[in-house]
Amino acid sequence: MSGINDFVVKFATVNGSGSASANGIFAKTLFRMGVPVSPKNIFPSNIQGLPTWYEVRVSEAGYLGRRDGIDLMVAMNPQTFKEDLAEVVPGGWLLYDSTLPRVWPRDDISIIGVPIAEMCAAKWQDTRQRQLFKNMVYVGALTALLDMDVEVLKSAVADQLKGKEKLVAANMEAVALGREYACRNFDCPLPIRLRHADGAKGKILVSGNEAAGLGAIYAGATVCAWYPITPSTSLAEAFERHAKRLRVTKEGRRLFGIVQAEDELAAIGVAIGGGWNGARSFTATSGPGISLMSEFLGLAYFAEVPVVLFNIQRGGPSTGMPTRTQQSDIISCAYASHGDTKHVLLFPANPTECFAMGAEAFDLAERLQTPVIVMSDLDIGMNEWVTEPFAWNDAHVHDRGKVLSADELEKFKEIKGKDWGRYQDVDLDAIPYRTLPGTHPTKGAFFTRGTSHDENARYTEDGRAHARVLDRIRRKFDTAQTLVPKPEVAIRDKSGKTGLIYFGATTPAVHEALDLLEREGVKVNAMRIKAFPFTRDVASFCAMHERVFVVEQNRDAQMRSLLMTEAEIPGAKLIPALNYDGMPLTAAFVQGVVLKRLQPAKAAAE
Amino acid sequence: MSYIAKPSAHHPALPKNALGLTRRDYEGTMSTLCAGCGHDSITAALIEACFEMDLPAHRIAKVSGIGCSSKAPTYFLSRSHGFNSVHGRMPSITTGANLANRDLVYIGVSGDGDTASIGLGQFCHAIRRRVNMTYIVMNNGCYGLTKGQFSATNDKTSPSKKGDANPFEAIDLCQMAIQLGAGFVARSFSGDKVQLIPLIKAAISYWGFAFLDVVSPCVTFNNHPTSTKSYDYVRAHNMAVDKLDFIEEKDEITADYAEGTSVAVTMHDGSRLVLHKLDQQHDPRDADAAIMAIRSNAAKGRVATGLLYVNETQRDMHDILATDARALNSVSMTELCPGAKVLEAINTRLR
Repeated sequence: MSGINDFVVKFATVNGSGSASANGIFAKTLFRMGVPVSPKNIFPSNIQGLPTWYEVRVSEAGYLGRRDGIDLMVAMNPQTFKEDLAEVVPGGWLLYDSTLPRVWPRDDISIIGVPIAEMCAAKWQDTRQRQLFKNMVYVGALTALLDMDVEVLKSAVADQLKGKEKLVAANMEAVALGREYACRNFDCPLPIRLRHADGAKGKILVSGNEAAGLGAIYAGATVCAWYPITPSTSLAEAFERHAKRLRVTKEGRRLFGIVQAEDELAAIGVAIGGGWNGARSFTATSGPGISLMSEFLGLAYFAEVPVVLFNIQRGGPSTGMPTRTQQSDIISCAYASHGDTKHVLLFPANPTECFAMGAEAFDLAERLQTPVIVMSDLDIGMNEWVTEPFAWNDAHVHDRGKVLSADELEKFKEIKGKDWGRYQDVDLDAIPYRTLPGTHPTKGAFFTRGTSHDENARYTEDGRAHARVLDRIRRKFDTAQTLVPKPEVAIRDKSGKTGLIYFGATTPAVHEALDLLEREGVKVNAMRIKAFPFTRDVASFCAMHERVFVVEQNRDAQMRSLLMTEAEIPGAKLIPALNYDGMPLTAAFVQGVVLKRLQPAKAAAE
Repeated sequence: MSYIAKPSAHHPALPKNALGLTRRDYEGTMSTLCAGCGHDSITAALIEACFEMDLPAHRIAKVSGIGCSSKAPTYFLSRSHGFNSVHGRMPSITTGANLANRDLVYIGVSGDGDTASIGLGQFCHAIRRRVNMTYIVMNNGCYGLTKGQFSATNDKTSPSKKGDANPFEAIDLCQMAIQLGAGFVARSFSGDKVQLIPLIKAAISYWGFAFLDVVSPCVTFNNHPTSTKSYDYVRAHNMAVDKLDFIEEKDEITADYAEGTSVAVTMHDGSRLVLHKLDQQHDPRDADAAIMAIRSNAAKGRVATGLLYVNETQRDMHDILATDARALNSVSMTELCPGAKVLEAINTRLR
C-alpha cells in the first residue's frame, strides 16, 4: 500500500529536546515539494522529559487523516523503544541512533542505525549544540532515505531561522552529516520516498488556532480575554501577535485590548462586558473552561449579549487528556448553563474554516445577539494542516446587527410604528433592537439583567412575561437556522439507503473512508454538519436514508443525541461510529464500522 | 414583586443643574429594599453627587453583581445603561465594558458577599488592572436576600441577630484594596451623607481604580445592638481621619487651607480634593500610613472613615495597555479589518 509519496513517518523523541523545530522543518519541506502532508503532534502534558511523537502522513492522493501503521519510525527515545518498534508495519523501517548499538527483536523490518550522537560529538564541542543538532542529523539522513529536495529543505530552515544566517549554515552542516552517512551506508532512497508533486500547490500550511486568531482580526474583534489552557492558548496568542502587527495606529496606539484574565469566569465576563458595550469581543478556552464559563453563557443567552467563544476541545471528562483530541463538548456547549438555554455552534473542519468561521461567528453573534461557540479541537487547533489559502472579500460588510444610533432611536416609532423596547420583537424575527451605553441623553437606556425581565427590560416576576420572553428567544433559534452555514452534502448513490453524518476534524479520515468503501462497492452518501441549530437539510438528508452513521469523537454519541432531540431523527436510524481514545480518527476505523454493519445484511440478502 | 415605576411629574420649581436637569432626572425606579436600608441612603447620595457634578447620565454605565446591593442600580440613574450581571462577577463585566469604551463613567455596585466572598478574585484583579471605575461596596456584613447569614466582612466580635457567634475574622476590603494598588480608597457610612457625597464625587472624578467601602446597616438582619455594622454602633465608633472638600474644576477656589493640616490633591480632570486632616498622623498619599490608620482604629474598636489613600499619578488599564485614545467600540470596521491584500501576503508566508 505504501510507496512513493504515500507513507507514514513517525518521530519518537523526548519533550524539550529541540525536536519540534526539526520535525516542523521536515514537514514544511515535504509541503513545499508539493506533497500533501498531515503532521500530527502527539505530545505530553509536560515541559521536558516525557515522550513525544510527531507523526507525518504523506499522501499524494490528498488523504490527510491519520493512518495507523508506521512505515518509517525515527526512534530517538529509549523510553519508548518497545512500543515504537511494535508500531512499525512488517516490511517497514526503523531509524535509530546507533552510537550505542542494540539488537531490535524483529526480523520483518529493516533497521537503519546512524551513530548520531557520536557524529555530533565529533563535530561540535558545545554540549547544547551536540544535543540540538542531533535532530537535524536525523532529518539529514531522511533527505537521502526519502529523497527529499535539499534545496527546498534549506529554504524551510532559512525561513525558520530568519535573521540568523550562521545558524542556518550550522543546521545545514548537520543535515549534510546525516545525509552523507545515509548515502554511504544504505541503499538510498528507500522504496517509500518522495517526489515533487502538485497536490499541495497553492495551499498553505497552518494550524487552526493561528487561523482562528486571524479570523478574529478580520472580524474586527477588539476585546479579547482569555485564561491559559491547552489546547486553546495558541489562539489568543495568535490574535495578539497579529494584532500587534496589524492593529497599531501610526501613533503607536493599539486598536485592541487583551486581558489575560485570572480565570475562565473572568475571561468570559470581560468578553461579555465588551460585547454589551458594542465591541466585538471573544474568549478562547477548552473543556474545563467551558464548565467554568457556563453560568456566564446563560447570562449572555438570556440577556441577549453577543459574544464569541472558541472552544478548542480536548479529551475529557474532568482534566482528562489535555494534550489529546476529542469532540466531546457538543452537548455541554449546545446547552451550556442552567435553565432552558441553547447556543449557536459552528463546526470548522480545517484551519481555512477556522479563519472563515472565526470571522463569521462575530457576524452571527451580533446579528442574533447571543453567544456563538466555534467548536474546534486540538487536532485542528494545534496541528498544522495543508489547507486552502485564507480568502477575504473586501466587499464584505460586517453585520453589526440591530444596534440603534441616537438618530434611529429618535425616529424609531416613526419608522417601526411602535415604541422602542429592548426586548420587543418588532420585526417578527425574534431579534430585538439593542442600544449601547452612551448613545442618547434620554432615550434607549435599559437595564441588562439575568433576572426575568419583560419586553421593556424591566424586572418581572410575572410568569406570563417570563414565558413570553423565553418563547421569543427560542424562536430566535429559528432565525439562527436560516443564517448559519448549511451542511455539505455529497451524494454517491442517488437511491442509496446508507448515509453518514460527520463534522469537524474527522473530515479527512471520513472522505478517505468513503472512497475506500466505494472501491469495495459500498456507496455511502455523506453530510458534513457545519452548524447548530441544524438547518432543514439535516432532517431531509436523514429522511432520504434508511440508516445514517454518525461519526464523532466522543463516547456518548453526543451529536447523535442532538440530532435526535433537536432534529427529531429517530434514534433507531442513527448508528453511532465513535472514536474517543484521544487520537485523531482513521479512515480504517470508519470503514470498519460501516462494513461491520452493512456486510452481515448483504450476506443475508445473498 | 416586579418593578415599581415612579411618577415622572415633579414640582416645576425643582432646582436644575448646569445641564438643566433636576435631581429627579437622576433617579431610578422605586426601591424594593427594606425601609431604612442603608443601601437606599447610598443610592440617594449617588443621585445627589451625579446631579451636583452635572454628569450626563447617559455617559454613565452602572454595573452590579447579585444581592441586595446589586439591585440598587435600578434605583438610580434611569437614563444610564445598567448591567446586573452574575454573582461576584461585576468586575469582569466592567473591565470588558471599559475596554470597549473608555469614555464612559463606570460605577460598579457590589456587596460584601458579592465582593469579599464569591467575587474576591475578580475584585483583586480589577484593582490589579487599574480599571478606571468607581467600585462601591454596600457593606452590611450579611447576606440579606438569603436571610441574614454572615458575610466575610462581618467582624468576629459581631454576633448574629439570633446571637450566634461569628467564628471567623473579617476581611478588610480597604486594606486589601490599598495593598493591591487601588489608587483611591475610602470608607464611609451610609448614614453620613455629608462625608459620603464628596467621597463619591471624588471617586467618580478619580482616574483609575477608586474603591469606596460604605458601611450600610441591614435593618432586617444586622442592626441589632450587638452588631458592629448597626446604625448605632457605626455612629458611635466612626473615626473620620479627614474631612474632604471636593472642588470641581469649574468652581472657584475661595479659601486657602493651612499648611500641615490640609492636603490638596489635583485630579486628572482638573478638579481638586482638599483634605482637612483630622488625624495628624494620617497622610492619605502614604499607603502604609493608610493601612496603619485602619488597623490602629480597628484595634480600638473604631471604624476609620474618610479618604484613606490616594495615589495622584495612577495610570489606568488603557494607559498600561497603550490602547488608542478613541473608544474601541467607535473604531470603524474598515480600520480594524486589514483586507484581502494583507491576507494574500499572510498566505504567501504560509506557503
